[in-house]
Amino acid sequence: MCGDGHLSRLYYTGGDAMHELSIAMRVIDLAEVHCRAEGGGQVVAVTLRIGRLAAVEPHALRTALAMAAVGTLLEEATLRIVEVPVAIWCPGCEREVDLPGLVPLACPACGTRSGDIRRGDELDLESLEIMVAEVPA
Amino acid sequence: MSMPRILEVRTRILKANDETARSMRREFERAGVLVVNVVSSPGSGKTSLLKETLTRLAARGEAVAAVVGDLETDNDARRLAESGVPVRQINTHGLCHLEADMVAKHLTGWDLTGFEYLFIENVGNLVCPTSWDLGESLRVALLAVTEGEDKPLKYPGLFNTADVAVITKTDLACACEFDRDAALAAIEAVRPGMPVLETSAKTGAGLDAWLELLGQRRQSLTGG
Repeated sequence: MCGDGHLSRLYYTGGDAMHELSIAMRVIDLAEVHCRAEGGGQVVAVTLRIGRLAAVEPHALRTALAMAAVGTLLEEATLRIVEVPVAIWCPGCEREVDLPGLVPLACPACGTRSGDIRRGDELDLESLEIMVAEVPA
Repeated sequence: MSMPRILEVRTRILKANDETARSMRREFERAGVLVVNVVSSPGSGKTSLLKETLTRLAARGEAVAAVVGDLETDNDARRLAESGVPVRQINTHGLCHLEADMVAKHLTGWDLTGFEYLFIENVGNLVCPTSWDLGESLRVALLAVTEGEDKPLKYPGLFNTADVAVITKTDLACACEFDRDAALAAIEAVRPGMPVLETSAKTGAGLDAWLELLGQRRQSLTGG
């Protein structure tokens, strides 16, 4: 998605060279914090919700996460990405409508233009599946 | 033995950046400074537009400053500093966008209450800066007439998250056979109702309207 992904230059004070990698690193940080807070020892699955307007390419994010997860609690985790279509409020139909693509921001039924975006810019960590030590009864 | 457990987290992945940006925005608003985040592809005229903007605002007696993000070099900061206003360069060393904490770090030591406008020239990139809130009050996406009228359709995220679109280098429109109607239609398709300005940093065309828009935005920010 972005150029400049030269491996020797990945780091800006803990940063990185493509924005999917920045996002992957935030996912790992968040997931580790939540996992540890619940006493988990390992994250086995991660579910993300990515809106189609979020400017994130799922394949690039998947690759970035696989790279960045090495040596973390997410090393073995399965990644599930739920892509969220763009939805706008159509003032003509007076309802929320899903769009087949990103543009135009117009109701597919009646053609009315609307910039009132209701869904599609999500960039969320939805849920985690973690392994927690079973306390003997 | 360990057993699996599901955690419903439901949190923004960029929560930390969003929180930093939110507190910066509060600080900017308290200080009465209009912060403008300028995004576009490389070479679409961010630095030229900003240099003219800084020079003209300073000539009107406005207190202005700028930070500029690039992968390497301080060339753009030096170009902007020719306007005589305070400018700082952020080098991202490979990172394709600015994040809120980088901007915050580079504002250290500046008294924000002394500024009326602060411009952030983002790293030239049409995709990556989209998701990062920098605490700005106004996000401006540039489209140069040399780029092709359908850029907004190809990169909807960047234009969609902008508040204003500025078409730049209009002095070259004729030579590039720029189809103005097609460009306006593309912007309208991506962000219905977004204000569009047409400027040339070289001839000065459209800059008065641009400065007027900035002035209005600053006035509504400070409630004046």
